[in-house]
Amino acid sequence: MNVSRRWLEAFLRRPLDARDVANRLAMLGAPVDAIEPLHADLAAIRVALVEEVRPHPNADRLRVCTVNDGSAERLNVVCGAANVTAGKKYPFAPVGSTVPGRPPKKPALTLDRRKIRGEVSEGMLCSLEELGFEPQDDGIWELETDAAPGTPLLEALPLADDRLVVDVTANRPDLLGHKGIARELAASYGVPFRLPVLPGAVDIDVPPSRRIAESEGAGQSGTVTGGVRVSIEDTEGCARFHAAVIRDVRVAPSPGWLVQRLEAAGVRSINNIVDATNYVMLEFAQPMHAYDMARLHGPAVIARRGRRGEKVVTLDGVERAVTEEMTVIADERGAIGIGGVMGGSGTEVHEGTTDVFLECAWFEPGRIRRTRSALGLSTDASYRFERGVDLWNAAEPFRRCIELVLTLAGGTNVDAPADLWPRVTHPPRIFLRLPRVAQVLGVELPLHTVEKHLVAIGATVVSKPDDGRIAVDVPGWRPDLVAEIDLIEEVARREGYDEFPSDLRRFRTGNVPDAPIVAASERVRDRLIAEGLLEAMTLPMVPVSGEGIRLLNPVSEEHGMLRHRLLPGLVRQVELNWSRRVRDVRLFEIGAVFAPGSAGELPQETPRIAAVVSGSRAPEHWTGAAPDFDQWDLKAIFESAVEVAAPGGTIEPDGEGWVVRGPDGRAIGSAGSLAADAPPWAGTVFGFELELHAGPRPPVRFVPRPPTPSSERDVTLLVPDGIAAGALAQVLSGGGVTVLESVRIVNAYRGDRVPDGTRSVTFRLTFRAADRTLEAAEIDSAEAHLLLLLERETGVRRREQ
Amino acid sequence: MNPTGYAQLDELLARLAGIASLDESALEAEHTAILGRKAGALTEASKQIPTLPPEERRGFGAAVNQVKAAFEQAFTARRAELAEESRRRALAGVDLTMPARHRWIGSAHPVTTVIDEITEIFRGLGFVVAVGPEVETEWYNFHALNFPANHPAMDMHDTLYVDATPVPGDRGGRQLLRTHTSPVQIRELLTHEPPVRAIIPGMSYRNDPFDPSHAPAFHQIEGLAVDEGISFVDLKATLVHFARRFFGETTRTRFRPSYFPFTEPSAEMDVECQLCHGSGCPACKGTGWMEILGCGMVHPAVLANCDVDAERYTGFAFGMGPARITMLRYGVTDIRYMYEGDMRFLGSLR
Ligand SMILES: [Zn+2]
Repeated sequence: MNVSRRWLEAFLRRPLDARDVANRLAMLGAPVDAIEPLHADLAAIRVALVEEVRPHPNADRLRVCTVNDGSAERLNVVCGAANVTAGKKYPFAPVGSTVPGRPPKKPALTLDRRKIRGEVSEGMLCSLEELGFEPQDDGIWELETDAAPGTPLLEALPLADDRLVVDVTANRPDLLGHKGIARELAASYGVPFRLPVLPGAVDIDVPPSRRIAESEGAGQSGTVTGGVRVSIEDTEGCARFHAAVIRDVRVAPSPGWLVQRLEAAGVRSINNIVDATNYVMLEFAQPMHAYDMARLHGPAVIARRGRRGEKVVTLDGVERAVTEEMTVIADERGAIGIGGVMGGSGTEVHEGTTDVFLECAWFEPGRIRRTRSALGLSTDASYRFERGVDLWNAAEPFRRCIELVLTLAGGTNVDAPADLWPRVTHPPRIFLRLPRVAQVLGVELPLHTVEKHLVAIGATVVSKPDDGRIAVDVPGWRPDLVAEIDLIEEVARREGYDEFPSDLRRFRTGNVPDAPIVAASERVRDRLIAEGLLEAMTLPMVPVSGEGIRLLNPVSEEHGMLRHRLLPGLVRQVELNWSRRVRDVRLFEIGAVFAPGSAGELPQETPRIAAVVSGSRAPEHWTGAAPDFDQWDLKAIFESAVEVAAPGGTIEPDGEGWVVRGPDGRAIGSAGSLAADAPPWAGTVFGFELELHAGPRPPVRFVPRPPTPSSERDVTLLVPDGIAAGALAQVLSGGGVTVLESVRIVNAYRGDRVPDGTRSVTFRLTFRAADRTLEAAEIDSAEAHLLLLLERETGVRRREQ
Repeated sequence: MNPTGYAQLDELLARLAGIASLDESALEAEHTAILGRKAGALTEASKQIPTLPPEERRGFGAAVNQVKAAFEQAFTARRAELAEESRRRALAGVDLTMPARHRWIGSAHPVTTVIDEITEIFRGLGFVVAVGPEVETEWYNFHALNFPANHPAMDMHDTLYVDATPVPGDRGGRQLLRTHTSPVQIRELLTHEPPVRAIIPGMSYRNDPFDPSHAPAFHQIEGLAVDEGISFVDLKATLVHFARRFFGETTRTRFRPSYFPFTEPSAEMDVECQLCHGSGCPACKGTGWMEILGCGMVHPAVLANCDVDAERYTGFAFGMGPARITMLRYGVTDIRYMYEGDMRFLGSLR
């Protein structure tokens, strides 16, 4: 909502500081996103009196003027406008000043003293357009002002203003008009507020509206006003309809004050009739519409549901198909506008219009929301109707609109306006308990304070029954107030949130443990960070491909599906790094993947961990480059992750990589090299992905480490192909030698020095007894036993030297 | 050392003083000549001891040992001296401005770091960490949270719907990507009796195309406290405490009225601008404040939807965007950096 500071000043009858207003509104729940000073660029422009106009000696279309700019000297100004007249006042831009113009059509211009066709010109008499306003004719801007020559233009005319861009929440339709904002501010400043006086308003006598209730039995309501038959057939979509006819109007441009006010609120001036309806909307948050009566067939105006196949060309020139779900305004021939959204171009007020029909209606918010959404057409009117306009106080803005039309365009209101209101209702009455106020707000507020705040928002405190409740009639412009808690919020808001204490009081802690997945994620994250990897985040929405869970309305095709794996997202991030010539990439991600659930059930979401590494194993160093990551680096990181993410998981070779199986034998993750769109200088990408087990961490126990010395024996075996070194290590470890502490593989060789189809593998056996230093003979016999066992179980023997 | 009286030994002693000036190879040669295990002069002398008459053995043996000790000391001292000299020589040739040998260092995502810090602060206030599904039903995401159907409040929640059969039943409806972490509030209240005190980090989704300040998926962190006697004062106290712990003990805060369907009274908490500290700058649009989180007292209708007695229990809830807070903290200008995985970005904010 664009709010004019000047308009608010007219409500409050006092000058306002835009920054202070913004601050107060923020603290009342309507933050100001921006303050835009309007026409501050006209500070140097002055009112000047043209005292004499002479023809230019060297140019037919130019004049030379003697200009009184308030100084002692008279200035010579060359002017090309045909309308320049001696004795009139115009805006004057002195030498050195800049006029803003209306770029790009009319660029800004800085004035210097120069000769125009031989005549010296000391400044410029300006047109509307040169000063940044909408042009109305070709001439310079004739000022109607009593201000003395030399007065700054911004002082002589109400041009300088601030536009406050107010962020109005969806529950406060009353703040979509200046009156609502003024009401809040008036209470904040502790001053009264009244409707601004309309400049030039004459004493106008508008008869009170005739209330038309439900026509007998029909569930409808209808009458005739000013010769137009008006009726509501769709009472569900349109609960109330004010109508008036004004004859013999003169459609013309609006006066300056009105143009300025609309402009400050961000609305372009059209003509005096349309501007009058917009003005009232911006003042009361009540949309209005004016029809050219001559174009109404019947003449009749009917609020009814749309009919199948019916079409309306709206004011924006677009032909729109209406449906039975929409409320339309129709005449005898058919729909002429979409109720509460946009009028039709067929009945638009134009220059030749003489009689106008004015509408001020209440449309059902949900209906308007569905309609504008179906039409893809959001307007100032629909925006307000779908948030809820004041059903009960519509007479006031309607009367304002009639007065404004009569003031601006003349004409006569030939008949009492009609007020069609088939089913009269009242705003809700809410009961408020003071103890409940204290329970929710944590502070006991006295009754008179609560009452004061409720009165400030326009509510009526009806009675104070003995049972501790007070009855509150809420104002019609606050459709958001429907329950006790809504009033408690109003009390807190008016009291000021910052007025409440903020010292910690006693509390009870939560009575359940953390979700197990939280600790599991933290453990695996810490582990991979320790492995030197950086945590990444990818979007869970991925490009559409293959089976999976699709989105009905994706942001784009690139984000059309929910991921069922993490790795592709990480590989894309590797490629992004490559595209920026970053070769060394080490990333991991923890996140959910999605698999379709059964029909009518939510998808399965499984937490997973994935990682990728590519490029150099260590940062470059001048003593020699580190080799690239290889599969053994991957295996290490993978084992490390499995240890914390899937305790008890077993890793097995699988093709060219590895698979990890859970205790139940199910594959829960895999590791290997990955395909990627790699530039020639890139390294291989290795990665893994693994389900993240959310169960409790297996207990970790202390194991005493004996202080006795160990002995090592290296045993080099000749291993035929097809026998896994891991299996040999298992035979050795499981060989029943209690003093065998560990078995490690420290070397492997394949080549000329061993027979084809074999390799040599060196195992380092570490022996240790907890209670004594082992004798060489004991180790010799243990080693011999193990070699014998190995040969018996696998056929593998020591490599002969 | 004084002469021993044995000519054989005193002859050797004459060489003792010279050791201090020997170079490395001469030192080792002299060591071999005097103390060598096989043919060292003193070794030879020791071998003579058993061959001497018993009455001479003792005196000579003691003299040999004394001389041996003196030589050992001299050799050790000279070796240490030479080692020190050689270390100095080696250092003199090295350019110590050459770069060190580093290892790769890992790091958590900056958003994770912020989430962890926030979570820790609330853990200290008795909150436990809860999580919930990212695909939800309309009931959990909207209806249970008191969103009026077909209401402009929905405009803030441009929803991504999942192509799946709607979930039947009272708590079902169309399947969607949750637009906030607030449905976890509902799940917590439905499964636990008060006191409920939960902090809820997680992904949220909106149908917003990527731009510098929006992402179609982003993190949220939500908090919920429901118990007897919880009031607006507790809400303020908890969040003011949080702001001071997170942004610094002197950080000023302010609470402004706002609107969320699931809380009432609703508020937004601002903290003083971290860049200008309140004097006003372009980052805070000159206000001196930065909007950090939305909060409010849990709406009685929400409690009722979760079968919690809204007359007996009250509560507060709040939600904030850790990605946004991360951006404020580090001055990140575009949210997309968070989700593209550039090693240079991720490694720079640890
Ligand atoms: Zn600032």
